[in-house]
Amino acid sequence: MAQKPIREADGMRMIARWLGEYSDGQHTVEDKFVTVTPETDMDTLPLAHEWLVEEKLVVKPDQLIKRRGKNDLVLVNASFDQAKQWIAEKAKAPLTIHGVFDEDGKPLDEGTFGRLSHFLIEPCCTHDPSEECYLAMMATTDGDEILFYHQGGVDVGDVEARAARLAVPVGTFPAASEIERALLGAVPPGRREHLAGFVASLFKLYADLNYTFLEINPIVVTEDAVIPLDLAAKLDSAAAFESGKKWGDIDFPTPFGQTASKEEAFIESLDAKTGASLKLTVLNPEGRVWTMVAGGGASVIFADTITDLGFMDELANYGEYSGDPNEEFTYLYAKTILDLMTRTKHPQGKVLLIGGGIANFTDVANTFKGIIRALREYKIQLQDYRVHIYVRRGGPNYREGLRMMRELGQELNVPIEVYGPETHMTKIVSMALKEAN
Amino acid sequence: MSVTQDTATQGVPEPQATAVTIPTLEATPVSQKAPGELFDKTTQAFIYNNQVNAVQRMLDFDFASHRTTPSVAAIINPTGSDSLCKFFFGKREILIPMYRHLEKAAQQHPNVDVMINFASFRSAAASTDEALDLPQIRTVAVIAEGVPERKTKLLTAKARRLGKTIIGPATVGGIKAGCFKIGNTGGTMENIVESKLHRPGSVGFVSKSGGLSNEEYFTIAMNTDGLYEGIAVGGDAYPGSTLLDHLLRFEQIPEIKMLVCLGELGGSGEYDIVRALEEGRITKPLVMWVTGTCSKAFKTEVQFGHAGAKVGSDAETADAKNAALRRAGALVPDSYDDYGELIRQTYQGLVEQGVIVPTPEPEVPVIPLDYAKAVKEGVIRKPASFITTISDDRGEELTYGTMPISQVFEQDLGVGGVLSLLWFKRLLPAYATKFIEMTLMVTADHGPAVSGAHNTIVATRAGKDLVSSVVSGMLTIGPRFGGAVDGAAQMFSDAFDRGLSPQAFVDEMKRKGVNIQGIGHRVKSIHNPDMRVSIINAYVLEHFKKSDLLRYALEVEKITTAKRNNLILNVDGCIGIAFADMLRSEMPKEEADMYIQLGALNGLFVLGRSIGLMGHHLDQKRLKQGLYRHPWDDIAYMLD
Repeated sequence: MAQKPIREADGMRMIARWLGEYSDGQHTVEDKFVTVTPETDMDTLPLAHEWLVEEKLVVKPDQLIKRRGKNDLVLVNASFDQAKQWIAEKAKAPLTIHGVFDEDGKPLDEGTFGRLSHFLIEPCCTHDPSEECYLAMMATTDGDEILFYHQGGVDVGDVEARAARLAVPVGTFPAASEIERALLGAVPPGRREHLAGFVASLFKLYADLNYTFLEINPIVVTEDAVIPLDLAAKLDSAAAFESGKKWGDIDFPTPFGQTASKEEAFIESLDAKTGASLKLTVLNPEGRVWTMVAGGGASVIFADTITDLGFMDELANYGEYSGDPNEEFTYLYAKTILDLMTRTKHPQGKVLLIGGGIANFTDVANTFKGIIRALREYKIQLQDYRVHIYVRRGGPNYREGLRMMRELGQELNVPIEVYGPETHMTKIVSMALKEAN
Repeated sequence: MSVTQDTATQGVPEPQATAVTIPTLEATPVSQKAPGELFDKTTQAFIYNNQVNAVQRMLDFDFASHRTTPSVAAIINPTGSDSLCKFFFGKREILIPMYRHLEKAAQQHPNVDVMINFASFRSAAASTDEALDLPQIRTVAVIAEGVPERKTKLLTAKARRLGKTIIGPATVGGIKAGCFKIGNTGGTMENIVESKLHRPGSVGFVSKSGGLSNEEYFTIAMNTDGLYEGIAVGGDAYPGSTLLDHLLRFEQIPEIKMLVCLGELGGSGEYDIVRALEEGRITKPLVMWVTGTCSKAFKTEVQFGHAGAKVGSDAETADAKNAALRRAGALVPDSYDDYGELIRQTYQGLVEQGVIVPTPEPEVPVIPLDYAKAVKEGVIRKPASFITTISDDRGEELTYGTMPISQVFEQDLGVGGVLSLLWFKRLLPAYATKFIEMTLMVTADHGPAVSGAHNTIVATRAGKDLVSSVVSGMLTIGPRFGGAVDGAAQMFSDAFDRGLSPQAFVDEMKRKGVNIQGIGHRVKSIHNPDMRVSIINAYVLEHFKKSDLLRYALEVEKITTAKRNNLILNVDGCIGIAFADMLRSEMPKEEADMYIQLGALNGLFVLGRSIGLMGHHLDQKRLKQGLYRHPWDDIAYMLD
């Protein structure tokens, strides 16, 4: 439930489908593009979309990637055969994509490694570079803001600093005249009126479909047309119950390079099965410090403290369980983490932090039952891999829960140190890390 | 523990005398309350949606806080009807009204100025909007997570225009110690008392996270004289009121001497606090930490638990925010690990300066322990009002006696086996359970003319339902109809046990002028035997371990049929006597007699015959038979 990025194709499709309605038919955008995924049969594609073989094409990946041009990931002026070949080549093997470049186009960051799977093919729109503009709409605290700059494209530079801005208080919709006055001063007069109408209508669509971000760069503005070329957008996923029908069949893709591991995917599947929350991100499988923390807020603080105390490189995972998952789910969650942390040995041993704040109404002893079951199962490995466990938790029935943990330590002959609310929540982090050193 | 240079040199700022710039949110002061205050000890709220647990927790808090009026005035239940609900207020029970419509509740309770909205994410916006429209409502807490951001912003804009406050969405709410508690804030009563939330301290606390609020309240209680008020604004990107809104409110409240705030990465709300510090709008010492410093350990963008907890730019990282706050004069620890300690030092500083004068702890009223909780903890016992020894539905599987229902089917026990488990608390052998089923089969019906069936038919034709019609027939079962099963068993076993010879028994009954129960038939005779009796007799004599009583009865029958050939052992007598034989074979005589005394044989007839009575009911309904009216000519009218 948050602002989530969507694919360029989905944003384009929504604009093509609905802009006419939001402008009383005054403005339309052509629905002329196709998405290619690993499932797409490239050979039959032109049967449904004849323009693919009749026009020159633009091809680009559609996976929330920024700076596609600089990463040499846009093919222009291509025939369909060239497009096909280019896609096959790009999708063949994983590659590294960079986010920061110097003035000569040299990458400055180490980049993100991943595989390309989704591509967008559209007709090549021949236009004069002077017709390229920049348009963005984004959510602010009090409403939204519309940004416009009379130049656009990949080399537009620090558009945030240069663009004209129009703040739109929530619940209001700017008239075309207002947009023209506030944003379009640098646009040649002949193009202003219909561009203003286009932006006003697009804003209505943006607001009504619960977009929180919409950036079109470049947007080509001519004497008689407005054509969006490149688009990035975010939706408020919490609004699915309101706008889902107009969104159509969309997905919220994970950013390029972020493919879930088997274990992460398993926890995600558990999460989907319960009203409770189960999250797991493996940061460093070789890390020595593993966490199993209850609560969204507390889990961040535990990870913070490990980082703040200088153990960023040893932090193995981020995750949380909350919302009172039942014994079976906590068991499977704990088992997954124990399995991950007992794969590679470390001469200094490992640390497991079973942490949490003072619960509101979750029965602490109950949630510990599943964890204890998993710990029992991993008795030998815990000893073998020299795992030192620290527990800190408060809330309903916590004394019973802590007692169970203490007894478990003796039973398993594994060091388990147990603390209640009287010990500051993250104290076990510093204790554990001191011990680990 | 180390405090950075700039905060250390600044130390604890002196409270400023200059006027504080009042932000938009507080532009219209809340009516009749001190500046900055949303709640006082008489504040009452509406609870939107039927959240009985939250209501009870609020009332328990009220009691612990020595409130004289409950903090909940009414429940709004949009799917219910107007009614009254029972709750505990301390040790006594009170009634809290429930309304279907908010508007009506507002008319009935004009003093209520807070609404705690437990509506789902789908309907929370509409019901909050409705509440904001009511002039009397000044504060709405929205609990739901997942309210669309645009909806929240519209509500926020409206609230600001009207000078009202929204807390949330996506929050547990907040608490004003010893005064007013929003919904489930503060957890259990035990935790509330341990965190000293039942009486006011000097600390104003505000955070995004509601889940961590208990932890923070406890930290504050451990390191200071306690909380004055704590608010969780919720984890959304655009909360209805911000961290700063509440800090500025706390700034206006003289009882609050220090501020504690927990922010998080994502968004820019913390920079509003930085500005307020720089502009001198916050003068009270502010201990603050922004969580999410770990985000730099993550290569790709990570969405943490809260919708708003996501880094969009470098300025939104926790590190940048903490640094900016530190520069602006907030007291920022190096790590959350030192948060509690810094709160303690700040508090101690204020005590040394005389700004805070610790007061003695007030007495904590004993809050009656919730019965269910006390039972769970094993600190209470009470004699049960009911006992049962025959079945148990509490476990994984229903049991009849101690036998799980699955075994009942695995062993194919049949109705007879089930009856033996539930009536006689033992599994009788197969010959016996088959006999039980035989008795049910032979007693199932005896045509439409007997009194039970007749009454059932008449009641059915009068339009009554199945239960009424069957009961109408059932109620005729007694000494004259169906009662012979029980009567015969008692009479014959009594004579047998007293050692009377069959002849002596017949003579005794004749002397007393009493008909022998179970003897005699209207049409059947020794020459025209009742097939039902023949079948049962043959079965008993072949399979029963003991059949003394039946053999005795057959001797008696020889004597009676010698007098008149229709004085045979009838089906009621045969069943009753044979059943007594069966019980005596399978259990001590005393126990067998007890079951007969308790009415088991009447039960047998009722059970069997109910099959027939239901059949007659269904039959009449199926035939769509109209109301029955007895003909006049069948009644002798003799009024003179």
